[in-house]
Amino acid sequence: MKQSQQSNDPLASPPGMISVTVDGRTVLVPRTMPDWQGRQVPTTMLQACELAGVTVPHYCYHPKLPVAGNCRMCLVEYGVPALGPDRKPVRQPDGSLVIKKSPRPAIACATPVSPGMEIYTSTPTVKLMRQSVLEFLLINHPLDCPICDQAGECKLQEYSVEYGRASSRFAETKVHKNKQIDLGPRIMLDQERCILCSRCIRFTRDVVGDDALGIINRGSYSAIAAYPGTTFDNNYTLNTADICPVGALTSKDFRFQMRVWFLKETMSLCASCGTGCNIVIGSRENCIYRFTPRQNDAVNSCWMCDYGRLNYRWIERTDRLTRPGGSKLTSPDWEDAINGIAAALKKAVPGHIAIVASARLTNEELYLVRRLAQFLGAPTDCVPRSGPADNLLLCADRNPNTKGAQLLGIAASPPGVNLPVFARLIRNGTIRSLLVFGEDVTRHGITADDLARLDFLAASDIHTNGTTAVSHYFLPGCAHVEKRGSFTNVHGRIQRFEKAVDPPGLARPELHWLRELVCRVTGQSMGGTVESVFEAMRAEVPAFRNIAWADLGDHGVATHG
Amino acid sequence: MPSERHLILKNIRKPGYSTDIECYLRHGGYQALRKALALQPVAQPDGTAIGPKEQIRREVEISGLRGRGGAGFSCGMKWSLVDRKSGKPIYLVCNADESEPGTFKDRQIIHRDPHQLIEGMIIACYANDVHLAFIYIRGEFIEGARILERALEEARAAGFLGRNILGTGYDLDIYIHRGAGAYICGEETGLIESLEGKRPYPRIKPPYFPAVLGLYQCPTIVNNVETLCAVKHIVDMGGAEYARLGTPDNTGTRLVCISGHVKRPGCYEIEVGKVTFRDLIFDEAFGGGLHDARQLKAIIPGGVSAKVFRAGEKVRVTKRAADGKMFETEMDVLDLPYDFTSVSAAGSMSGSGAIIVLDDSADMVEVLANISEFFAHESCGQCTPCREGSLWMAKILRRLAKGNGQPADLALLLSVADQIPGGRTICAFGEACSWPVQSLLVKFGDEFRAKVQATADKRPDRAFAEVQ
Ligand SMILES: Cc1cc2nc3c(=O)[nH]c(=O)nc-3n(C[C@H](O)[C@H](O)[C@H](O)COP(=O)(O)O)c2cc1C
Ligand code: SF4
Ligand code: SF4
Ligand code: SF4
Ligand code: FES
Repeated sequence: MKQSQQSNDPLASPPGMISVTVDGRTVLVPRTMPDWQGRQVPTTMLQACELAGVTVPHYCYHPKLPVAGNCRMCLVEYGVPALGPDRKPVRQPDGSLVIKKSPRPAIACATPVSPGMEIYTSTPTVKLMRQSVLEFLLINHPLDCPICDQAGECKLQEYSVEYGRASSRFAETKVHKNKQIDLGPRIMLDQERCILCSRCIRFTRDVVGDDALGIINRGSYSAIAAYPGTTFDNNYTLNTADICPVGALTSKDFRFQMRVWFLKETMSLCASCGTGCNIVIGSRENCIYRFTPRQNDAVNSCWMCDYGRLNYRWIERTDRLTRPGGSKLTSPDWEDAINGIAAALKKAVPGHIAIVASARLTNEELYLVRRLAQFLGAPTDCVPRSGPADNLLLCADRNPNTKGAQLLGIAASPPGVNLPVFARLIRNGTIRSLLVFGEDVTRHGITADDLARLDFLAASDIHTNGTTAVSHYFLPGCAHVEKRGSFTNVHGRIQRFEKAVDPPGLARPELHWLRELVCRVTGQSMGGTVESVFEAMRAEVPAFRNIAWADLGDHGVATHG
Repeated sequence: MPSERHLILKNIRKPGYSTDIECYLRHGGYQALRKALALQPVAQPDGTAIGPKEQIRREVEISGLRGRGGAGFSCGMKWSLVDRKSGKPIYLVCNADESEPGTFKDRQIIHRDPHQLIEGMIIACYANDVHLAFIYIRGEFIEGARILERALEEARAAGFLGRNILGTGYDLDIYIHRGAGAYICGEETGLIESLEGKRPYPRIKPPYFPAVLGLYQCPTIVNNVETLCAVKHIVDMGGAEYARLGTPDNTGTRLVCISGHVKRPGCYEIEVGKVTFRDLIFDEAFGGGLHDARQLKAIIPGGVSAKVFRAGEKVRVTKRAADGKMFETEMDVLDLPYDFTSVSAAGSMSGSGAIIVLDDSADMVEVLANISEFFAHESCGQCTPCREGSLWMAKILRRLAKGNGQPADLALLLSVADQIPGGRTICAFGEACSWPVQSLLVKFGDEFRAKVQATADKRPDRAFAEVQ
């Protein structure tokens, strides 16, 4: 009996742990937990509650931003073990601790827990405090939910339903502020909707390092603004629209386009650079409406860059390739195209054929290219793409899968060095056949004249380009949002993504027809799903050996490359 | 016979006394500093020694000095909480933001005897190992800043400031920082933010206790002007001697600012707890009584943030009998001694030492509307309850004062006021803006009810709408 009491004693927790009680449930929580920058700091009440399965409503708190403590939505009541005159905890006759309830509430987001602390998140007092914070937030709120883009994913709506009072007691004239402020090229601000949680300010100042936003005026007249004479323009502005708990900051790209509850959400990745930010694609009826970041602490935290976020409109361009074609194809038919290419490849002589494959293709697709290359004895390379990197996420490598192409032996070292070699070998007649997957080599040193010398040229891409225009066969490919697969980011993390929309016309994912080509040319057989190709890949490529498709989960894993 | 007791105002009240350093020196100025700097380590029976700095800190602790900025927190205790092991510099900031309505004592000191403050500051800095200190002065005190600037120049020239002060090897400089006209800059963490060049948003505590994470995230002491002047007198006369002034929990002297409907409004220095409200309002030595044919209606005892007393109100306080035993007694509010403990035991606070006297010519609805307008204007706007609540209350009161009130407004107003204080806000402004509303509504409810009833009688349509 005494023994069990001892082990249940909240003051005698294992090292590094603290015992706290949340709404009557005792839990062990770590003494320290990561703060917004990942530094270990004393665990807060809010974190402890989360670990106990209790959500404390909050507006200003964001796990990836410095704590502000200004909204007061997270106020809770609490008590700590009472101390006797000897500064020792006072105990009941049964050995349990006497808890002294604090007369004042505390904000859960900023208050550290202490051994034996009891946190009360649903007392009548706490409920009233939440109700009053909501009432205060609403009295000067314009309530334009019917025309507000945030409706449906608005914390003010959600908490008002859950914790608010049904009717308004406010009979005065509301404070009016500016409702249409063009903050910068991509963001609009409605000051009346703003609840002054300062998330946008902290993100921009502390995460991006751009001290661009602030508050002007004071009291209830306070309003968010860009510094006078400046516009809000850095590569991360759209994240503020994501973290704004209300509809005060909206994306010019997305506002008034679609009600959020109609959007289908697909787990995906950004393919605009080698970082591989995790995203959610919002689409409806085969049309993409927005990319939003998905939290992955190993990659992009909760953010993504504006460049990557807005780089999706090209998917709907009218010059998409929608059917197989080329000078040697008589009817736009997949069967004929694959047959024609396979027949030509079977005749190709090792040493006289080369392959250029895009580092925008997935690991699985590049693996199929590798199989083909190995069988044909063809040297390979991909096309490097670069641009300026920034200090947060955007990296200089603008291909999403250069690392994968390297691990699979498709990319030369450094990527692209083989392209001028291929050009020379075409000109001197050594290379007679060329396969180009997902690139336009005419823009990368192999001219249309060079291509005209070839006996055989097959190409694929998403749009028509200088290479597909002169190919004997060309095949329509897919944007990554139109297929499944995985990319390996610049740091060697392999991550998977799902299909959001269907490709146009007869276009098919590269994986499907590459696999057919491989089977046809090599005579080997292989399963047709992404998973089965992945299985084959990991059996063969050391960097992926210990990774199963299921291991990739939602956040990917590190390769051993 | 109640009378003033001059310590801080001693020189100021002398005819011909001026702000220049020669005058200060002629009146014994900087002697306390010399004394402090000359202190030698004192050997202890156990073989250790107490250094000069610690000796000064102990004297301040013994003196029982409580901060004069508003909260009445023990000065010795505040200094003892300073993190002296962080390896970071320790800063001292003199809070000269004096903005609490009704308060005009710090300005007296700054305008009339700036060197007294500077001497107190140098001693406080020396005692706490501070080498850089600031005077944060209210933006509107343009003349005060000018006077202080000149006095600092003089002190530097005389070797009391700068490098190697009086040959002791101790370095200190003091800079003046002018506010930009916001009441919230008086709140110590808001002040620190402002001093760092930011908006004066008060900081959350935890973790930003100034004694640990203050100015530039370094340990920082924030003391009021009058508190720092008292330090000079404590070193001068010794902590124990200082503690003999006043009463046990409320030692020393204190500046009291009497304003409102009295004949002799002004700043008076009293022995704390030795003078009652009756003395302060009616005695010839102080307020000198009300204007002819007027009756006392209300006393706001410690700046407009303090809860109001109604004339004739009986308050219960605990007192110490001659034999040392505590006993509870009921008395007329006018008989309450003016000190931190008594006024707070009676349900309010002596705050910044500002007593605002209201006679029967005051319309309490107007009074409260005026106070609330001030708070709505001064709320920094950082945290939700204060930002929204302060303006809501002001708007309701504006309406009531204009004769547009409804009976239900009173309960609503009280309910709004109840939703702000009690630790729900980042700083004590939340209490400051709601306490006057709570207390005036309760203590002068009849006046508020009469006002809305008059409206209802005049405009039955509104009253009817209300009933519905
Ligand atoms: C809203 C608010 C305004 C304040 N204004 C002042 C002020 O003008 N002057 C001042 O000395 N203290 C002011 N204070 C108190 C300070 O926060 C702080 O407690 C004081 O400067 C400490 O000095 P002391 O310990 O010497 O009293 C204010 C506090 C609050 C909450
Ligand atoms: S604009 Fe949005 S994120 Fe910024 S302070 Fe207002 S509510 Fe918060
Ligand atoms: S940083 Fe790279 S991966 Fe991330 S959103 Fe921008 S372009 Fe996309
Ligand atoms: S209580 Fe008022 S003054 Fe203090 S931080 Fe909050 S909004 Fe600002
Ligand atoms: S979440 Fe805003 S105060 Fe804690």
